[in-house]
Amino acid sequence: MSAATDAYPGGVAGGGLARGGGLAAALTEEPEHGASKRIVVAYGFWIFLISDIILFSALFATYAVLTDATDGGPSGRDLFELPTVALETACLLLSTVFCGFAGIAAQVRRSAMYYVSMAATFILGATFVVIELHEFKTMIDAGAGPGRSGFLSAFFALIGCHGLHVTAGLLWLLTMMAQVYAKGFRDDIRRRLLCFALFWHTLDIIWVALFSLVYLVGVAPR
Amino acid sequence: MWGKLTWEAIPFHEPIIMVTSAVVAVAITGVLAWVILKGYLPYIWKEWLSSVDHKRIGVMYVVLALVMLLRGFADAIMMRGQQAVALGSAGFLPPEHYNQVFSAHGTIMIFFVAMPFVIGLMNFAVPLQLGARDVAFPVLNSVGFWLTATGALLVNISLFIGEFARTGWLPYPPLSELAYSPGVGVDYYLWALQISGAGTLLSGVNLVTTVLKVRAPGMTYLHMPIFCWTTLASNLLIVAAFPILTATLAMLLLDRYLGFHFFTNDAGGNPMMFMNLIWAWGHPEVYILALPAFGIFSEVFSTFSGKPLFGYRSMVAATMGICILSFMVWLHHFFTMGAGADVNAIFGIATMIIAVPTGVKIYNWLFTMYTGRVVFATPMLWALGFVVTFVIGGITGVLLAVPPADFVLHNSLFLVAHFHNVIIGGVLFGVFAGYEYWFPKAFGFRLHEGLGKAAFWCWIIGFYVAFMPLYALGLMGMTRRMQHYNVPEWQPWLLVAAAGAALIAIGVALQITQLVWSIRHRDALRDKTGDPWNGRTLEWLTPSPPPMFNFAVMPKVEGVEAYWIKKQSAIERQALSPEPEYHDIHMPRNSSAGFICAFFSVTMGFALIWHIWWLVIVAFIGAWAVFVVVAWRDEHEEAIPAATVAEVDRANRAARAERLPTLRAPS
Repeated sequence: MSAATDAYPGGVAGGGLARGGGLAAALTEEPEHGASKRIVVAYGFWIFLISDIILFSALFATYAVLTDATDGGPSGRDLFELPTVALETACLLLSTVFCGFAGIAAQVRRSAMYYVSMAATFILGATFVVIELHEFKTMIDAGAGPGRSGFLSAFFALIGCHGLHVTAGLLWLLTMMAQVYAKGFRDDIRRRLLCFALFWHTLDIIWVALFSLVYLVGVAPR
Repeated sequence: MWGKLTWEAIPFHEPIIMVTSAVVAVAITGVLAWVILKGYLPYIWKEWLSSVDHKRIGVMYVVLALVMLLRGFADAIMMRGQQAVALGSAGFLPPEHYNQVFSAHGTIMIFFVAMPFVIGLMNFAVPLQLGARDVAFPVLNSVGFWLTATGALLVNISLFIGEFARTGWLPYPPLSELAYSPGVGVDYYLWALQISGAGTLLSGVNLVTTVLKVRAPGMTYLHMPIFCWTTLASNLLIVAAFPILTATLAMLLLDRYLGFHFFTNDAGGNPMMFMNLIWAWGHPEVYILALPAFGIFSEVFSTFSGKPLFGYRSMVAATMGICILSFMVWLHHFFTMGAGADVNAIFGIATMIIAVPTGVKIYNWLFTMYTGRVVFATPMLWALGFVVTFVIGGITGVLLAVPPADFVLHNSLFLVAHFHNVIIGGVLFGVFAGYEYWFPKAFGFRLHEGLGKAAFWCWIIGFYVAFMPLYALGLMGMTRRMQHYNVPEWQPWLLVAAAGAALIAIGVALQITQLVWSIRHRDALRDKTGDPWNGRTLEWLTPSPPPMFNFAVMPKVEGVEAYWIKKQSAIERQALSPEPEYHDIHMPRNSSAGFICAFFSVTMGFALIWHIWWLVIVAFIGAWAVFVVVAWRDEHEEAIPAATVAEVDRANRAARAERLPTLRAPS
């Protein structure tokens, strides 16, 4: 990390492009060799999250193309119930708050606060998944399953992919609780907690886009 | 209990497949028996299969690519043979088998030859060039490799159990939908690519993080060798493009397994959406492969011309420009979709614009050689062959970018000739150059030069003989993927093409001979200095093969050609820099996670393909358990004592000091 603070005189190649300006300055900046593990891990996880967001963007694009491909079946206006979705949103956003508390608790190494916050995150996240599954079941029972039309295929895939992510997150959350119980707030475990928090917050951001672009736009009058 | 799997799945009635199965089974058993009887198993497990060393993983990627190259090339020989004889007759391959052969050929060559070869070379060379001890996430690296190997294994299993896709290397719907492809072939394709795609994504995340965050002191972005830049660009493309592939294939899987309607003809599905999505991945994929090859050529041209690369900064700009432009041209793969003249024109022009940064690169390579002392070693021959061949491929590409011309040539052999022209001439020649160039670094001895040169000449002449006729055939109206035909005028050209394939086969045989001969005579070919080519970048600072920790002390980088600068100052002073102080080095421990993960993912993929649901659940739980066990480890690293480090470095320094008087300063 000492390398990052040393002034670097600029080399053969650095010269030309380096003169003045933000990008050029960034290009000749001292590299972060010996960047702390925490930085490298979080950075790598961010790159992974970007790829995850691109995965969702492909599903969003598909949904946009197929919104009107209802094949004479129900559309979003017939199916979406905003109060239920609002409840889901509240669960997920609140769970993020508790996830934040868990992060702080890990920072200051307070076990009780950590377990309570993680448990609250889990309960709220699990509630979200249960409500979503119930919504899916209601739709399928009403003959509006994913096999009904292109629109419903895209809807179930997009929302279901988010739901699967949340479910995987819940599995990860339980593993992290067990890890802290077994190992304490070790450095490597706190790095994993950091990644988990990033993951959970990203799911939140994606849900905000889902809520706006799928549900709100879906029920809006033409 | 066993889902769709029955004895019917084994193609007993196909003699070609059964003989191949028998040969492969005997070969695998033989190799296993030899390894076990010789007592090599512990060595292979400890030093290779469970290794997290980026150099070892890089070598394993390349070995995978070479083995799969033989498989893909066997498919190519069968196709050329079939088309040479199938004038008005059925030939020797029945249609359903022929369709699997061309589908497997494309799938294998792109996903299990070109990709692992390129990723393997990046894995091997980039941390060395950056002055790093390993990649950012070594265990993840191992997992990524084993997931790729899993995909390759599933594709090979499909040869003997069940069938492979008959849809071409990209499974276009509606043909690939359950209604028209009810067998397991498309499922083999989809699960093999989903699993290996996950591995590629992990590797992409890893290498992006490595280039951006793990570099030696002084290694600023504009001090990085060009190969590191092209690696960065290529892996950024992996991170941005592979999720689209995953999403697209997942949608096709949902259509096939759960009756969704993404790409079906009925119920509002939209097959053209598949074309758009798959090529939004597929076009960047071309550059994921080509950019690292361009990086290798840049290193080779500079090293073997004895000069710094001409226009380093324009090369960086061209690389990043291609990286961005590659996402803006995907529609040129289906101009005939009917998007309209305006849309086609925009994508046609965007496609032609890519030729500009590529042209910049070609000129940079030419000017690198200009006034240089060009050494015609084998890697340099591949690089020179590339420039000529790639320019021809590029010109036919620009021709295809003109929508009216594309309407005529779409799906003809002209297109087939074009993309083989750029992928063989660009990517394959590039990885062969890299293989010859870095082989001494990886193993401590050179490959036989004469055999390498002979292989090169067979390959390049064979390439022209095999593929130039296809341009003519395309213009004569022959479409791709024909099992038989009844136009007598085509046959002479197809016979010439088959002869070209035979020439390439001789080239392949010479490459195998070269490898075997060089291993047997390795003492005579030993590289004692660690710098056999008079190199310019940091990997040549290490002994050959480099120790696990790469560098005894972190090198201090003072310019683009970090090692060249050090070497010149040593030559001037006729003395090495003073011996540094050695410290313990902490390196990641071996991990069997990748290998075990591959075991469970093969099981899970196979179970999903054959609808053996209980096994899917068992394998999933197993895979999750592996991750938990890895997460539970307390010791991730082991220390290499300073004494060992000193011993390795002193030997390296002694070899270099001995060589110093023989090096002279450039005039």
